[in-house]
Amino acid sequence: MSDTTNSARAQILNGIRRSLRRGELGGQQRQAVEQRLATPERGPIVARAQLPQAEKVALFCQWAEVNNATVARVEPRDVPAEVASYLARNNLPAEAAVAPSPLLGGYDWESQKLLVLRRGRAEGSDQVSITGAFAGIAETGTLVMASGPDHPVSLNLLPDTHIVVLRESDVVSGYEEVWAKLRDRYGKNNMPRTVNTITGPSRTGDIEQAMELGAHGPRRLHILVVRD
Amino acid sequence: MQSTAHDFKENVGTALADPNLQDSLAKLKVGFSERRRQAAERLPEFEALRDRARDIKNHALANLDFYLEEFERKVTALGGHVHWAPTAADARQIIGDLCKSAGARTVAKSKSMVAEEIALNEHLEGLGIAPIETDLGEYIIQLRHEPPSHIIAPAVHLTKDQVADTFLEHHAPLGFTKRLTERNDLVAEARYVLRQKFLEADVGLTGANFLVAETGSSMLVTNEGNADLSNTLPRMHIVLASIEKVIPTLEDAAVLLRVLARSATGQESSAYTTLNTGPRRDSDLDGPSQYHVVLLDNGRSSVLGTEMQDMLRCIRCGACMNHCPVYGAIGGHAYGWVYPGPIGAVLTPQLIGVDEAGDLPNASTFCGRCESVCPVRIPLPGLMRHWREREFERHLTPRAVRQGLALWSFLARRPKLYRRVTQVANRMLALFGRADGRYRKLPLAGGWTQFRDFPAPPAGGTFHAQWARHGGARVRP
Ligand code: SF4
Repeated sequence: MSDTTNSARAQILNGIRRSLRRGELGGQQRQAVEQRLATPERGPIVARAQLPQAEKVALFCQWAEVNNATVARVEPRDVPAEVASYLARNNLPAEAAVAPSPLLGGYDWESQKLLVLRRGRAEGSDQVSITGAFAGIAETGTLVMASGPDHPVSLNLLPDTHIVVLRESDVVSGYEEVWAKLRDRYGKNNMPRTVNTITGPSRTGDIEQAMELGAHGPRRLHILVVRD
Repeated sequence: MQSTAHDFKENVGTALADPNLQDSLAKLKVGFSERRRQAAERLPEFEALRDRARDIKNHALANLDFYLEEFERKVTALGGHVHWAPTAADARQIIGDLCKSAGARTVAKSKSMVAEEIALNEHLEGLGIAPIETDLGEYIIQLRHEPPSHIIAPAVHLTKDQVADTFLEHHAPLGFTKRLTERNDLVAEARYVLRQKFLEADVGLTGANFLVAETGSSMLVTNEGNADLSNTLPRMHIVLASIEKVIPTLEDAAVLLRVLARSATGQESSAYTTLNTGPRRDSDLDGPSQYHVVLLDNGRSSVLGTEMQDMLRCIRCGACMNHCPVYGAIGGHAYGWVYPGPIGAVLTPQLIGVDEAGDLPNASTFCGRCESVCPVRIPLPGLMRHWREREFERHLTPRAVRQGLALWSFLARRPKLYRRVTQVANRMLALFGRADGRYRKLPLAGGWTQFRDFPAPPAGGTFHAQWARHGGARVRP
């Protein structure tokens, strides 16, 4: 850190302390704030998503559709067939960039002879991507994606059509459970580079406030909710 | 951005006479506010969440130094960099230097009000770096060289036809020579043109809705996905955020996210909410290899601990302007600077000075709708009143107003004279056409009657005369 950054930093922090008429936090005050940071308090609970798992999954599907996603509920063995059929139904090419994740690798893609898959991140020319999801939020029908070697972020954004495979057991009530799951997976002091939460396809209301889908991200979001 | 807030009165005249603007504003009034109302009704916990949101921001502000240091510690631990910018000039310098260090020719920008505040685009252009706005609304107004007119819908003042003309003019050299008439075609064309820019950009610059101290993450809420392309494809990601954006934990973010989307657009959730934490990890297949956060103060720290502190809770949802009768009549440009509407009337005098923006806090009917919808319960009318008092104390009020008030206080202290003068005045008012219950013209009130009629009180003399006639207590001289 150079001297100028140091002094700029001191200038801002001291300015804050002067305005708040105190010095650097210390003693009990500091302990209380550190405590709040170490054990985060939840806000008011949203009751509509406090449900048994099966109903949670149903609520997820309902909200996802309200938000312009499409949903198919399938058995694990039917995942490749549903992907192929969705692409055919929508006149899309039978070609996709796929997240190199063990979850997706476990399906029998060979059963779909016409489907051409490429594992890796998305290129500008990809029309379709297929990824898993870290979690689904029942409260709003929101998908949660965590970046990593098994899930490049560009797959969530570049292609026109995004197909997501979500396991029923990964559906949770609200954000709070997602945070808990992230802390479990990555440790309390760590996070993946990018966590995307995605609610429906990309949209804009910037021209005359009328909603149009497919502004910069995917125009179509198709979610396969898989029984497990 | 160069302020024209001092020309507020002229700006208002222009706005009221612009038919395209008036059309757009008519849509805004029904659209956003109706959708917000429905979203709030669908969530029984909404009011409790607003209380909690207010408390979280208050707590964060009371411990702002602590949370900023925590945030910095976490960002640094994961390989990112935090830069401190006391002033707008410092922030411009830091960002310019970062872009130069990356050898940047183009910067993909996602909508940031703070970038407008520090006039970043002009600075980058001066360095020979092309800033490309990627939010559709921002892109449209960048092509038209206009400032944003709304904090979440920057091109809300334009019609589809105006957008079509702008695209034809700017996209024709790229081979798009057909004038489009459908909204979805306009969106698709912009998507195509901007996609090339994303793939070429060296730096992605975004704002942040929240900075999370617990994890060192910057959090962004958008509908288009442009911010996510900006923070994923280029090799350097710069986040520009003002210091009051920091909040303690992810749990706090959950509360704020729930009130933000519903207040802004009436959506249950925006399409994309993204947490970025540090640069890409070694094993990642994409993402930027550098992550920088620029923390801007620009006068905010001096608001802490004052009676104006409440304004720092603002989460920039836009609800106050969507529900403001003044904004609904004049739109955002009339406010003359970056932040319009009630929050602009409170923030602008603070950020650029009461001499420049002293008229803005007067642009209120004190109807209180802004405060009643603000997700973090900022007492906006109270803060505007506070500026008015400060302005009056400093004699920045126009001479006519000061003289009028001086005359009134002279009369008010002489009851007999007061009654005699008001009786005469009341009789004279009849001459200005009270017959149909409204005045089209009033002496000394041309500023009012130029754009609307003044409602006439029922006939029957002055208040004092009627009071006496109805047997009210006598006023002792
Ligand atoms: S003042 Fe309140 S209503 Fe207005 S933009 Fe800020 S948070 Fe939203």
